[in-house]
Amino acid sequence: MSAPASTLAALGPVARRPPRAQAAGVRRSRLSNALFVLPFVLLYAVLVLVPLAQGFWISFHEHDLLSDEHTWIGLENYANLLDDEIFLQVLWNTLRFVLISVPVFVVLSLALALALNRPGRLSAWLRGMFFSASVLSVTIVTLVWRLALMPDRGLVAQLLSHVGLGDVSFLTSETLALPTVAMITVWWIIGLPMMLFLSALQQIPGDVYEAAALDNATRWRTLLSVTLPALKRTVMLVAIIEIIRECQVFPQILLLTAGGPNNSSRSIVQFIYEQAFVQLSLGYATAASQVLFAFLLVGVSFQLWLQRDKRGAAR
Amino acid sequence: MSVAIRRSGFDRAVLALLCILAFAWMLPLLWVLALSFKPNEFLMSRTDAFLAPPYTLANYLNILQTSQVFRWVLNSVVVAMGQTVGVVVLSSLAGYGFARTEFPGRRLVFALVIFGLAIPSQSIFIPLHRMFSHWGLQNTYAGLMLPGLAAPFGVYLMTQYFRAIPAELEEAAMLDNASRLKTFLRVILPLSLPAQATLAIFTFLAAWNDYLWPLVIATKPEMYTLTRGLASTQTNFAQSEGLGFLMSQAVFAGLPVLTVYVFFQKYLVSAVAGTGRRTEAKA
Repeated sequence: MSAPASTLAALGPVARRPPRAQAAGVRRSRLSNALFVLPFVLLYAVLVLVPLAQGFWISFHEHDLLSDEHTWIGLENYANLLDDEIFLQVLWNTLRFVLISVPVFVVLSLALALALNRPGRLSAWLRGMFFSASVLSVTIVTLVWRLALMPDRGLVAQLLSHVGLGDVSFLTSETLALPTVAMITVWWIIGLPMMLFLSALQQIPGDVYEAAALDNATRWRTLLSVTLPALKRTVMLVAIIEIIRECQVFPQILLLTAGGPNNSSRSIVQFIYEQAFVQLSLGYATAASQVLFAFLLVGVSFQLWLQRDKRGAAR
Repeated sequence: MSVAIRRSGFDRAVLALLCILAFAWMLPLLWVLALSFKPNEFLMSRTDAFLAPPYTLANYLNILQTSQVFRWVLNSVVVAMGQTVGVVVLSSLAGYGFARTEFPGRRLVFALVIFGLAIPSQSIFIPLHRMFSHWGLQNTYAGLMLPGLAAPFGVYLMTQYFRAIPAELEEAAMLDNASRLKTFLRVILPLSLPAQATLAIFTFLAAWNDYLWPLVIATKPEMYTLTRGLASTQTNFAQSEGLGFLMSQAVFAGLPVLTVYVFFQKYLVSAVAGTGRRTEAKA
């Protein structure tokens, strides 16, 4: 955040600092200042707030996507959701996906960050490699993994046959499909939480470690009583970010298993999408999306609370 | 340089383990890359000998001739660039307005924008789709781009950043009777370029990789983005006659992004680490 010298020079004689009273005048409230936020706020109102309200409104209707005909049915969509076995199944699937993937995300990215938090070209390269898959789009990731997981000719099948194991049907088994998609997701975006941990590790002041070294603390002792306590907040932050993200899991499921076999890997967002654009029942789909919104509102509030700017709040 | 640092046996073991793990991590990508140079007929029977001949460029020539991949790349570039420029401009202006100026209702409007961080795109995409079809924006660049411009994350990021810039800089400029806009453009904007770079990288990647919105708003193949288009070629996956063709498509679509990544790695990594730092520094 260093100010370029040219910018500072352009400011003119810094010595001519304003007296307090005048400085306060600079922050005078003016309607014209609202022009700065107006373009964004207009777009935001039209493209976020209005659809949000409309979605809420539509969820009380029976609404056909193509004919656009709708009739008010009150809370019936919500009541139907609670009776819909598939909806309860997708809720459970999404929860299972979160429970499987988030602990792996937190533990593995923390372990990688701890191991790679060192200077040198080799570890920079390794950091880059673990991060690189994150820049690939979901369709490339799923294409690569569908090829790698092909029966017989796939990379994984061949590796397994080398160690004497038979074919495992990862994406077509009811028990394995969801965990497999979860692990592919970990493979894909482990780099982001790893980077969050790395940057948190860099924030730990060096003198704490010097003190630990003076006390002849072992590597384990230092890790357990210095490093990990300092990372407590980041662990929570990474966990909540990943929970929010994985609650919204969809494209990789659609492309890898299409929700099957037998709905065992169908997620809530996929349910919403299919209700709207395959079944064409907008009311039912938007009701389901209000449920998702309610869950995420809790999660995001917690995240913002964790990230809150204490100095900003004091102002 | 670091090689000269004395390393304990433990450190060496950890590094060796990490190298093996990193290789395993990259293996699926390398495997696809190697096999994309094999003839389709060869891949029908075996996929094990991936470094031995025969080699061929036929799969890549196939892309040039038959598929619409180029059109999709063009669409992706237009949409991602448009969204990036739009988001950076809108967010910088709004972030400055919220962080450094005062106007009636500022707090309320800002709270409303922050509330937007909790609204998942999945809970508004259905009404949005209805609205856009009504306006005839299906299968247009504007239709693909617009929703991304209204995302509040950039405003949040820029507001946080502008708040951290010392007020004295701006006050000095204002005393010289520079207008608000001039102050913003000449003084504040140059100071905030790192934040804009971060925002630009994130927006570009998110736009490039977005799947759900292009899936519902682009129904004609010539308006697909690359991410959307590649998904459409995967649906008839079972006919494995074109295994090499599929692999070369993955490489063709992935290699440019990975190449850009290798060159911009330093900035991207510091951008990610930077967002972490800003959130963590407040602890």
